[in-house]
Amino acid sequence: MAQERQAAIVGIHEYPLRVAPGVSAMNVKVDSIRAALDDAGLKWSDIDAIYDAQDGEAGGGLQLAAYLGLRPTVLDTTQVGGSSYEFQAAHAMRDIAAGKCNVAVLSYGSTSASNRVAIGTGGRGGPATWATNMETPYGATLIANYAMVKQRHMFEYGSTDEQFAGISVATRHHAMRNPEAVKAMTDLQFVGVNEITPQDVLDSRIVADPLHLLECCMISDGGGALIIASAEVARNCKKPPVWLIGAGEATKYRENGGDITTSAGAQSGPIAFGEAGVSPDEIDIAMIYDSFTITVAVCLEDLGFCPKGEVGAYVEGGRLAFDSGEGPALNTDGGGLSSNHPGMRGIFLLLEGARQLRGESTSQVPDAKLAVAHGNGGLLGGTHTGGTVILAKD
Amino acid sequence: MANRPQPRFPEPHTEPFWEGAQQGELRYQRCNEDCDEPVVFYPRHHCPACGSDNLDWHVSAGEGTVYTFSVVRQNRMPGFIDLGAYSVAYIDLDEGFRMMSSVVGVDDPTTDISIGQRVRVEFEEQDEGDYPIPVFRPIEE
Repeated sequence: MAQERQAAIVGIHEYPLRVAPGVSAMNVKVDSIRAALDDAGLKWSDIDAIYDAQDGEAGGGLQLAAYLGLRPTVLDTTQVGGSSYEFQAAHAMRDIAAGKCNVAVLSYGSTSASNRVAIGTGGRGGPATWATNMETPYGATLIANYAMVKQRHMFEYGSTDEQFAGISVATRHHAMRNPEAVKAMTDLQFVGVNEITPQDVLDSRIVADPLHLLECCMISDGGGALIIASAEVARNCKKPPVWLIGAGEATKYRENGGDITTSAGAQSGPIAFGEAGVSPDEIDIAMIYDSFTITVAVCLEDLGFCPKGEVGAYVEGGRLAFDSGEGPALNTDGGGLSSNHPGMRGIFLLLEGARQLRGESTSQVPDAKLAVAHGNGGLLGGTHTGGTVILAKD
Repeated sequence: MANRPQPRFPEPHTEPFWEGAQQGELRYQRCNEDCDEPVVFYPRHHCPACGSDNLDWHVSAGEGTVYTFSVVRQNRMPGFIDLGAYSVAYIDLDEGFRMMSSVVGVDDPTTDISIGQRVRVEFEEQDEGDYPIPVFRPIEE
């Protein structure tokens, strides 16, 4: 299938702070939109499409349109957790290709850290449903849900804690080169803002067996924005376009007799790679949602970087580091583990993927040509979404 | 005794399941059509395999195996915040349905629970609330 280049990321901004007391989530969004427009060389009134994950205090894309003072011709409020931005990028691709809009904005703002939101270890509220009534009596924290996937993966395939720890080590290696990540870990009072070893990960306390603290993402404030534009607009922007060349979306959930070690990525990945006409072994940059080490491990397998069950051997030896010479380079901004995770990390996967393909990363892979951004939203061991987007250098 | 969060009602899908728990029954549904995957769980008004609403309730023998589990060391929710380490597990019941639950009755959940372990349901009375909670205890061989 011929690869099409009809839509591109033309403007990006990652809100620099991870602890931002007194700032509203809506302000993070709007400051980021302004900065991303400036990065692209576009103006406020050029925006004709809003994609919004219903974050921010006002809630909902309609409120964002009103707050921004815009009348978009496309308003998409897809909210599927942390992968919302991969889903939205996929929708922007097809809306632009269909001629419904030319300049799309995606934005995110959160004050999870300042609000002390216990994402991983707190309860979930809301009304009783057919699913919550079957689960809330058991106190399954979000972390415990992901931990059950790791437990089964280790049982079924013999993967080890040391192998999973390698994911944390590579990600911290990248974080230490990113001043914003270093400031994030400092402001969030990490114990030891430094490079780590697999033993450091194994020595960190267990939050929910078998997940150690250093296998878990941070909870930060933060946000960002990106502008996706048509080819015609992209050609006249300030920076080289980063093309969206393939996208896939999928869902998965607990099923009787199902395989918990396979995620929605096993469905979304092949769709995205197929549309792009590229294969995983051509990918230079793997931006994969690292809520936990197990999320990266399962998604690397499901996207086809290695066969199911073999991720332990695949990551051994440090191939995921940007300077390994092997690749793919994993989460070169420092990831959710060590740079930025306010709750829905999906947007940062696209932002760092774009930086790499522009040559702007703090852990730049020389001549990076292809990146994958894969978001996992919801609960890896329960109901979740997978959104895969393939990005290409101009 | 324990102080787990109770199911909340009205919630029509799960009400028969929890009425069963009050009678010491672990209930699940089956699709009555000629269906490839007739076991329905969590409770629903339709069969997710074929869409039929022709379902009946059945009572499980209550035995199964641990599919996977975690031991929670930190939880800020009321009812769990003061507990020590406790387990969360997916149990594959012999009738073919998978449910979230907890494995109880072991000395140390961090060492005494394993995947593949045979377990049997019991109904754990709660300090407050009308619904005992189905949990699982390893079967002595």
